[in-house]
Amino acid sequence: MAPRSTYQRLLAFAGLVVVALILAFLILPAAVVTIAAFNDKAILSFPPQAWSWRWFERALAYPDFRTGFQNGLIVTAWSSSIALIVGSMFAFVIDRYQFVFKKWIEGVLMSPLVIPHFTVGLGFLILAAQIGWSRGFAVVVICHIVLVLPFVLRSVYVSLRNLDSSYEQAAASLGATPLRVLLTITVPLLLPGLVGGWLFAAILSFNEFTASLFVTSQRTQTLPVAMYNYVREFADPSMAALSVMYVAGTAVLIAFANRFLGLGKVLNIEQSH
Amino acid sequence: MTEPAPTTSDAAVAFDGVTRNFAEVRALDNVSLAISRGEFMTLLGPSGCGKTTLLRLAAGFLAPDSGSVAINGKCVNDVPTYKREIGMMFQNYALFPHMSVADNIAYGLKTRRVPRHEIRKRVAEALVLVKLTGMDERKPRQLSGGQQQRVALARALVINPTVLLLDEPFSALDKNLRASMQIELRDIQRKLELTTIFVTHDQSEALSLSDRMAVMSEGKIRQLGAPLEIYRKPRDRFVASFVGDTNCLRGELIGIASGEAVIALGETQIKVGGERLAGALPSAKVDLFVRPERLRIGAPGASGTMAGRIAGLTYHGGHVDLQIACRACRDGLLLVRAAGDNAITDWPPGSDVGISMDAEGCVAFPAA
Repeated sequence: MAPRSTYQRLLAFAGLVVVALILAFLILPAAVVTIAAFNDKAILSFPPQAWSWRWFERALAYPDFRTGFQNGLIVTAWSSSIALIVGSMFAFVIDRYQFVFKKWIEGVLMSPLVIPHFTVGLGFLILAAQIGWSRGFAVVVICHIVLVLPFVLRSVYVSLRNLDSSYEQAAASLGATPLRVLLTITVPLLLPGLVGGWLFAAILSFNEFTASLFVTSQRTQTLPVAMYNYVREFADPSMAALSVMYVAGTAVLIAFANRFLGLGKVLNIEQSH
Repeated sequence: MTEPAPTTSDAAVAFDGVTRNFAEVRALDNVSLAISRGEFMTLLGPSGCGKTTLLRLAAGFLAPDSGSVAINGKCVNDVPTYKREIGMMFQNYALFPHMSVADNIAYGLKTRRVPRHEIRKRVAEALVLVKLTGMDERKPRQLSGGQQQRVALARALVINPTVLLLDEPFSALDKNLRASMQIELRDIQRKLELTTIFVTHDQSEALSLSDRMAVMSEGKIRQLGAPLEIYRKPRDRFVASFVGDTNCLRGELIGIASGEAVIALGETQIKVGGERLAGALPSAKVDLFVRPERLRIGAPGASGTMAGRIAGLTYHGGHVDLQIACRACRDGLLLVRAAGDNAITDWPPGSDVGISMDAEGCVAFPAA
């Protein structure tokens, strides 16, 4: 190969620098927060002078955070599971059948992507007040279902598209009824997409703040709402400590999903076979 | 070879006036075809000719727009796939990736609620049949292409189907493996006397495997017959050029007498069967189709030969393909297949040759 010119070498070096900078900016916020979480002082400052674990202890012991975490789990479990079932059904119908209002229904189902979360939250708040519904878990769960449904729908729909129809045809040729085909072939082959969709929905729901702020009450507030209320009163690093735990928890979950399902499959980058 | 074609009622599978459209495209146009019990029927044609659509109609994956499909004399237009008792092999094998080899083969038996001990016995027998003993617990992705295909075959056979449907099952295999799998499939099919519909675009595969074959194009069956008949007596220009290699020579009709047509080819004349030239008048232009192995080359200038010059040759081991520049040939280059390899030394490129042909290997059609 011909020796590279100075210009080419400079260009290659500049490329490396740009990539490094982009990567640095991606992890910068998380890095700053992580470092701030270990600050011994009761202020959110950077960089810290002395180090301590005490804000982690406080975050874990703070009652609002504890109930917020539990509430979040309840809301997330219900909303992402229901969204998975409803979303899968819609995805199945949209993929397999031709009907008149297909485009229209697709549009409505995907609309929460373009409607701001505070609009959805405010809407549900007004609606709940109008019909005299107490601000319990039900309204929070329903609100979250609406918000995560497009993501689940999309994930399952893409999996369905990628599913080679010859598997189902082979099963039918071997005498399997449509229900049997669905249970023994379609669902098992879609499992990575279904789990991926559920996981995606769960992470979104657990982190959702804007709409939750409107529809939760003191009794049902989720963790992000509890954090918001905390930060209005205090400005100590326990927020940062909580953030670190948040990131770590999500990372463990993703690593787990990657280990057992393959992240490529979950995100539908790879074909499932 | 010349057994009478089955009538619709005693056929294993019968298509009767079947038409099927996809949007604006007519995939099948009023096709009728009856396949007898135990017959190996090939549907041959280029992509888009309707052969796969016909197979899918038999499988029940598609319904005909008009006409009927019958299996064992019963119309199955309204019978869903899972009640049709068919065995099907797919181009990509469609082995269930989340099941072991044994579970794949057992799938059709489980849907039939066969008792568990019998399933075990029959799966074992099927594995012996396709020479895959000991592979029970493997997953499909751990198998080679040839092994996957055997599993697919075992899975389709273990349910004792009324009819076996094969959708280009060999297209993913390399040449050597393909040849041996073809022989194996044919042996199994004969042993079980299993009615088989085989879809392919590979004409040599069709010629070597079929009892009868249907050559299709543009949604129609162009010719139906035994391989030998199709190869020797193609009904039209499409069949002549699609099945096997062929040369098209430009000629002029001199006259037809007692079924024999005399055709002028440049300086020479040849007598061929005139059945495809009915109604043609003397001095009409005709196209003469000649198989490359029916042409012989000899010294230039001999009487009854056409003049040509060797343009090039391709060595194939068992035979040599010579490309010969010849004025009578429609596309200018004549393909001559010479057995052995003497032609390489006898007729180096650039030599002038005289080409002769035997009338047996020629078919004449009115010029297009």
